[in-house]
Amino acid sequence: MGVALLEFDGIHVTRGSFTLSADLTVPKGARVAVIGPSGSGKSTLLSLVGGFLAPDRGRIRLGGQDITALPPGQRPVSMLFQDQNLFPHLTVAQNVGLGLRPDLRLSDPQRARVTQVLAEVGLDGMETRRPANLSGGQQSRVALARVLLRARPVLLLDEPFAALGPALKGDMLALLARIAEQTDATVLMVTHDPDDARSFAPRTILVDGGVAHPPVPTGPLLDNPPPGLRAYLG
Amino acid sequence: MAAGLFRLTRAEAGGAIAAGGLALLILGTLAAVAWVAQGLSGLGPWDWRAVRFTLWQAALSATLSALLAVPVARALARRRFPGRAALVTLLGAPFILPVIVAIMGLIAVFGRNGAVNDALRLAGLPEVSIYGWQGVILAHVFFNLPLSVRLILQGWQAIPAERFRLAASLGFGPRDVARHLERPMLRAVLPGVWLAVFLVCLTSFTVALALGGGPRATTVELAIYQAFRFDFDLGRAASLGLIQIGLCLAAMALARWIAIPAAFGAGLDADHMPAAPGGWHRISDALVITGAAGVLIWPMAAVIARGLPQIPDLPPEVWQAAGRSVVMALISALLALALSLTLALSLARGRMRWVETAGMLPLIASPLVLGTGLFILLRGWFLPQTLALPVTVAINAVMALPFGLRALIPAARTLHRDYGRLADSLDLHGLARLRYLILPRLARPLGFAGGLAAALAMGDLGVITLFASDRPTLPLQLFQLMNSYRMDDASACAVLLMAISFGLFWIFDRGGRLA
Repeated sequence: MGVALLEFDGIHVTRGSFTLSADLTVPKGARVAVIGPSGSGKSTLLSLVGGFLAPDRGRIRLGGQDITALPPGQRPVSMLFQDQNLFPHLTVAQNVGLGLRPDLRLSDPQRARVTQVLAEVGLDGMETRRPANLSGGQQSRVALARVLLRARPVLLLDEPFAALGPALKGDMLALLARIAEQTDATVLMVTHDPDDARSFAPRTILVDGGVAHPPVPTGPLLDNPPPGLRAYLG
Repeated sequence: MAAGLFRLTRAEAGGAIAAGGLALLILGTLAAVAWVAQGLSGLGPWDWRAVRFTLWQAALSATLSALLAVPVARALARRRFPGRAALVTLLGAPFILPVIVAIMGLIAVFGRNGAVNDALRLAGLPEVSIYGWQGVILAHVFFNLPLSVRLILQGWQAIPAERFRLAASLGFGPRDVARHLERPMLRAVLPGVWLAVFLVCLTSFTVALALGGGPRATTVELAIYQAFRFDFDLGRAASLGLIQIGLCLAAMALARWIAIPAAFGAGLDADHMPAAPGGWHRISDALVITGAAGVLIWPMAAVIARGLPQIPDLPPEVWQAAGRSVVMALISALLALALSLTLALSLARGRMRWVETAGMLPLIASPLVLGTGLFILLRGWFLPQTLALPVTVAINAVMALPFGLRALIPAARTLHRDYGRLADSLDLHGLARLRYLILPRLARPLGFAGGLAAALAMGDLGVITLFASDRPTLPLQLFQLMNSYRMDDASACAVLLMAISFGLFWIFDRGGRLA
């Protein structure tokens, strides 16, 4: 595996009775699943990287640079949420264009870039549509087009495809794998589905009992899960 | 939750500045009032009489409005007829109807030459006078009955349809329905309705100015005006101001135990309908609805019938006043919108409770108290005439704030919950966030709140009366026409004022819906 890119250094978060500690590193270019029982803190782990949650203790470093105090929009990170990944009142092109310039003052080459990434995710000619006029799968493609356009070194996925059917989800994961490859991104993907983890992520972070464990190979972990994960997987 | 527990975000910083400025303005003004007031010892028996009258008329107006509203709301809840939806909408109109216009309407019907007294004279009965305490109560009921009906109607429609179905299947008669379904609802709703009307009447100024006065019908607000304007007794005006603040604070304390429902809002088109008893109930419901509609429509129709044909003959100074008022109302509305949007966005982040408290501060300061305070603070630097218009604009903006916040806070919370993280993750901030996220998503509540603020500012006849002004607003112009008994011009002016107020509301609200 490559050099460490993302480091959780002595991270500790307490919110009421909820606690999460993380002391681990994720190598550059890795594709890592984040798995664990409901409420264990999988989304919290992503929020820490995304900048939506500040740790009580510890630092988060990206490529050696401390990003713990950076606001979300200035982190070299793209994030896809469970839902609300698009603004319903903006067109497809505007939703994607926001990834280049939040004030949407796009130059002609930038506009061409937007058209190009839309074509790459299979949405040619849909620039002026609004999200409400797209299918669920198409909406996911718009969000992925923006990820492709932003090309940030870290990509965080908080179960963005959970609402899609199995076939469509497979398509999205394949598209995602292509985009991650193309942008050379390190991916952290929260999932409930062990099959997704096996097919997409060679390594897995297990979040259980208030601790995010360092990534281990996915197959052996799922073949021989520790007790907490075994109860969750059933 | 969002970005940095380490630092304030822009929205929060903006909210803190706006709330701080607001608190400084209101509390500073109140402090000036308290400073100048020489305690309460300067108040004579006259002033205490005004205090007693204020409490008495507010209590009586609230009781009458709430009680009379019950049969009307019940009839509207259980009957369906053509024009019902229009009537329910019309019931919301008094909220933005300029008070002085409604007073013109009441005078047209109940005044010495009005239809009621004509009929009494024909029948050989003694005349009734619209002036005095009975006029004050009548006007307050005219304004607050429709709003009370809407609030109680919401209560009726909040009873699930299944309950009425169950009652019907158990063979409940009207008496049983009343006992098991309606009375419990009324017990829950009526205290809030009563308190809402009481609060409005507590700071009533325009009604008392036009119809009241004298030892038996002077409210505290009117007494402040008289002390300020006729006796030039700033100390006494300030003492009365302290009393008014005390009354508002006491009423607000009551509101901690009694939830006040929003005096406007949606949710009146629920389609289920309680069982409607037939027989004489049908006739009495028809009478009640016709009566309520008549009380609402007749005075306005009388003003329109008299005033509309006269509009072309209005003197030029009325048109100048209209233009001045529109500009002032627009500035007030924009100020109110900017303030309430800033506060609501910062509140949506949910970490600074005091910001909300600051936004509700206008409720404890009545316009005349604020006007007195601002005059005290600024008198060394500006002439009263110079102050009249800017102070009116500022106070109207501040007074519209609680309504703006009520409309915007829930919408801003939804916006933050749904799109806050996405916008943060895309680094959407500042003007770009305003343009591409906030304005499009909040267009509807912004339009509604702006419409309310503009209409309220347009029709306000309050603080402007404190300052002698050779540049009157349209409501003040109307009041001056009434006082010089130019009733044709006054009626035309009233029609104009009503049309502009409703027009402003409509344009803002419509704009918000179309955006």
